Amino acid sequence: MSTFPWLTALLAFPLMSAAVVMVMPKGNAATVKRAAFGFSLVPVAIIAYLWSQFDANATEQFQFAENTEWIRGWGVHYALGVDGIALAMIALSVILVPVVIIAGWNDVENRGSGNVAEYFAWFLVLETFMVGVFAATDVFLFYVFFEAMLVPVYFLIGRFGGPRGAFAAMKFFIYSLVGGLIMLAALIGLYVISSRNGIGSFAYADLLGLKMDPNTQKLLFLGFFAAFAIKAPLVPVHTWLPDAAQQATPATTVLLVGVLDKVGTFGMLRLCLPLFPEAARWFTPTVLILGLVGIIYGAIVAIGQTDMRRLIAFTSISHFGFITIGVFVMTSLGQSGATLYMVNHGFSTAALLLLVGYLISRRGSARIADFGGVHKVAPVLAGLFLVAGLSSLALPGMSSFVSEFMVLQGTFLQHPVIALIATSGVVLAATYILVMYKRTMTGPVGQGVEVVTELNRREIWAISPLVAALLVFGFFPKPVLDVVNPAIARVMQQIGAVDPQPRVAVVDTKAGQ
Amino acid sequence: MGPQPFTMPHIEYSALAPVFVLFVAATLGVLIEAFVGRTLRRQLQLLVTFGSLIIALAFAITQWSSHAVVAEGALALDGPAVLLQITLLVIAIVGALLMAETKADPAGDAFAPRTSAIPGSDDEREFTMRGWTQTEIWPLFLFAVSGSILFPMANDLLTMFIALEMLSLPLYLLVGMSRRRRLLSQEAALKYFVLGAFASALFLFGAALIYAASGELTLGAIANAANQDSSTTSLMLIGAVLVLVGLFFKVGAAPFHQWSPDVYQGAPTAITAYMSAATKIAAFGAVMRLLYVGLQGLQWDWQPVVATVAVISMLVGSSAALVQTNIKRVLAYSSVAHAGFIMTAMLAVNPRGLAGALTYLVTYGFVSTAAFAVVSLVRSPAGEANDISQWAGLGRKSPVTAAVFTFLLLALAGLPLTSGFTAKFVALSSAWNGWTGGVVIAAVLTSAVAAFFYLRIIVSMYFSPAKDDISVTVPSTLTRLAIGVCVGITTVFGFAPQAVLALVEHAGVFVS
Repeated sequence: MSTFPWLTALLAFPLMSAAVVMVMPKGNAATVKRAAFGFSLVPVAIIAYLWSQFDANATEQFQFAENTEWIRGWGVHYALGVDGIALAMIALSVILVPVVIIAGWNDVENRGSGNVAEYFAWFLVLETFMVGVFAATDVFLFYVFFEAMLVPVYFLIGRFGGPRGAFAAMKFFIYSLVGGLIMLAALIGLYVISSRNGIGSFAYADLLGLKMDPNTQKLLFLGFFAAFAIKAPLVPVHTWLPDAAQQATPATTVLLVGVLDKVGTFGMLRLCLPLFPEAARWFTPTVLILGLVGIIYGAIVAIGQTDMRRLIAFTSISHFGFITIGVFVMTSLGQSGATLYMVNHGFSTAALLLLVGYLISRRGSARIADFGGVHKVAPVLAGLFLVAGLSSLALPGMSSFVSEFMVLQGTFLQHPVIALIATSGVVLAATYILVMYKRTMTGPVGQGVEVVTELNRREIWAISPLVAALLVFGFFPKPVLDVVNPAIARVMQQIGAVDPQPRVAVVDTKAGQ
Repeated sequence: MGPQPFTMPHIEYSALAPVFVLFVAATLGVLIEAFVGRTLRRQLQLLVTFGSLIIALAFAITQWSSHAVVAEGALALDGPAVLLQITLLVIAIVGALLMAETKADPAGDAFAPRTSAIPGSDDEREFTMRGWTQTEIWPLFLFAVSGSILFPMANDLLTMFIALEMLSLPLYLLVGMSRRRRLLSQEAALKYFVLGAFASALFLFGAALIYAASGELTLGAIANAANQDSSTTSLMLIGAVLVLVGLFFKVGAAPFHQWSPDVYQGAPTAITAYMSAATKIAAFGAVMRLLYVGLQGLQWDWQPVVATVAVISMLVGSSAALVQTNIKRVLAYSSVAHAGFIMTAMLAVNPRGLAGALTYLVTYGFVSTAAFAVVSLVRSPAGEANDISQWAGLGRKSPVTAAVFTFLLLALAGLPLTSGFTAKFVALSSAWNGWTGGVVIAAVLTSAVAAFFYLRIIVSMYFSPAKDDISVTVPSTLTRLAIGVCVGITTVFGFAPQAVLALVEHAGVFVS
């Protein structure tokens, strides 16, 4: 394998592009935008190359690994590396960035104030941190990226969001920061314990299998879990998401819901389970119940929303319930499904959010009641909206179906009752999506809806890769599963979990005796 | 019985060199005031001040590897003391740069042209019109600095008291010398003086009780006495509590912090910038030496006391800052909360705890000084614009100032990649042990509250429309250099914490 620091390149390039975008002459906004878009394609090329070079069945856990000592006194390393899960998440992140740049092409002009270069520079800065948080193999470095991500999002919501953007940005920041601080306390605890065991390091590999007494382990687990639960977000610490989603531009929300929230569930899978396996098992029933509550509550509240952006935020809360359950059922099917769900949810929610954004920019309102009969005036828009919606409700043939089915199947192996209740979320999903579709797209053309024009070429360009992903991964999820499955197998091994034999197989063995 | 023969005490003058240099320079400054004409005074005073500070700094650096008790036990020259001295001297240079600034205020520097003139009187107007400046501030400042660097090396209770007074008395005066809002400034000076005198009295009374219990004044001997004779422990503890109250007053720990918001608000901002950092660093140096050397045997008794004060400081500082509208008061309450963090580190009575507190002191001072320096630049026609509402929209009006201040606020909040995070990490990781883990959790939760009011300022700077009558003065090189040094240090210690960790590691432990 080549020794070129690909991951550092992937990290550094967007950051440098952001700097370039900021210092470009302000006069010509179109050049700035084109430059930002052009820059954002380079990471896509890099990740495509890495994907082709990635060896899913390699013996080492992390590939393209880099390791430099950063803070000797604390045993902190600048250590990067990817396993299948991280690779999939990074790919999702870097693909979404050019998409949102195209989709948000005229956001600043439509808003009437703000600096175009700054808007796109923040996206690129955010890209660096998103790649970093998934690629970090040092827990301290992970924490730094985890916290650093807040800054660009904060400015994207506060400076470029809606009228109550400052409030939403503040709420988002405070929630995340509280979570981050709790995680910091746990991080320090982890370090103290690793020092007592004579390791004194933050490297992920050194921290695996650390000996600690059960109560400490539970506390530390809770510290990390709290941060990730806020990030994901799980009910009852979810209230920042609808506000943020409503106030931010659709482009920002896509990255917020599509990628940043996944950091929460990714963190559970990467840190909570392998570092504190016994505690994780002890807390599993609680977490599963939380996930279940999230599925049902998110879905029911979504049905009652009048604002489309809030509705989608609540559907995401419902979906994160599925993902969390998938992570915590401790079966490889559930966890692979959850990882696949993270990717698919990223694409399908992104598509849905961007389409809603197009609708809002045309009609000047996000209220469901202000629409109706859109499919008559903008059939392509309506059609794509239906496709994205169907993917979100996990129709067979759409990518989300595969992952949702895997999660439910994996859950059923361990906890049939939970799986049964969770299934009701599927029905509720159909309700909230189809009701929204019915009210906005069908029926007579509502008053003021005539202004809704068909999608233009730029908008179609932004949405088409997403729709392609929905369909391709719906019929053929193998490329993602191939890289994810071996990584999940390793996680299962680290937490000492064994897949239960399917019921039928148990009967067979008995018959064999 | 005849009088005992007098033996000359043996004093290592080299150990005292930095203090002497400053003391002599300050005396020289007084002479300059008496004999040099008005036109030359300012230049000469600046020369003496900066010259002596740099020479003192050089002397302090040469003592970097000392580890000895000197001057018949009165002084301790060890790594922590020298590290704090170096920090204090750098802060003093930064503070002097800010005090020398004459471009920020159109009328001259930040100090009243003649303090004796009644505010609002014709005299005052006349002095202002003639463009006179106060130059007594420089010798006063040098006296304060010499007291501050004596403080962390004081190894007996009397020397400690003298250092405390040397630091405090000139500051009482300097606080009252603001050019603008003079009544507020004078009120602050009076409050500071009355409460400070009260705290000094408590310190002295405590020192007397400790002497009564142990018959000793040097910290090492007090520790021995405490270990050998347990019959006087309660007397010793009462004395220790009183001494600690006196010192906690100086560091501004709650519930002994009442003076700090008023004084921080009323004092000329350049003085606030200096004293917010210097008194904390110097007095905490003394607190740590007292606790770690003199009272180490009694740690089970004082730990709960310090823990309680730490938690109260963090709670009071963070929650009171939430409702402030004046930016200097916000920073004052934030410094109360930070005092709590430093004490949290000290709870671990081991080298790690010492290292945690030292790291915190070395890093915090620069952030706080720079924050106040920025405050002095945002002005309205009436003087500094200290109301947070006046800072609205600063991000649009003056992006660089707003960005620097944002960075400093993030450092105060302890976000990663700033020195504030480094400090918080070291402090909390040293205290993470046994029951003190509870204090760590309190610290983490109050940092979340604290983050809110730092953010509130950032929000108002970036997300609100700008105010018309507010302007950011473009300062002279002096202030820019001062802020630059502080921000540079904050950045370096944030990105490469190893730098400060290595310094603290080299400093090692207290000599006993």
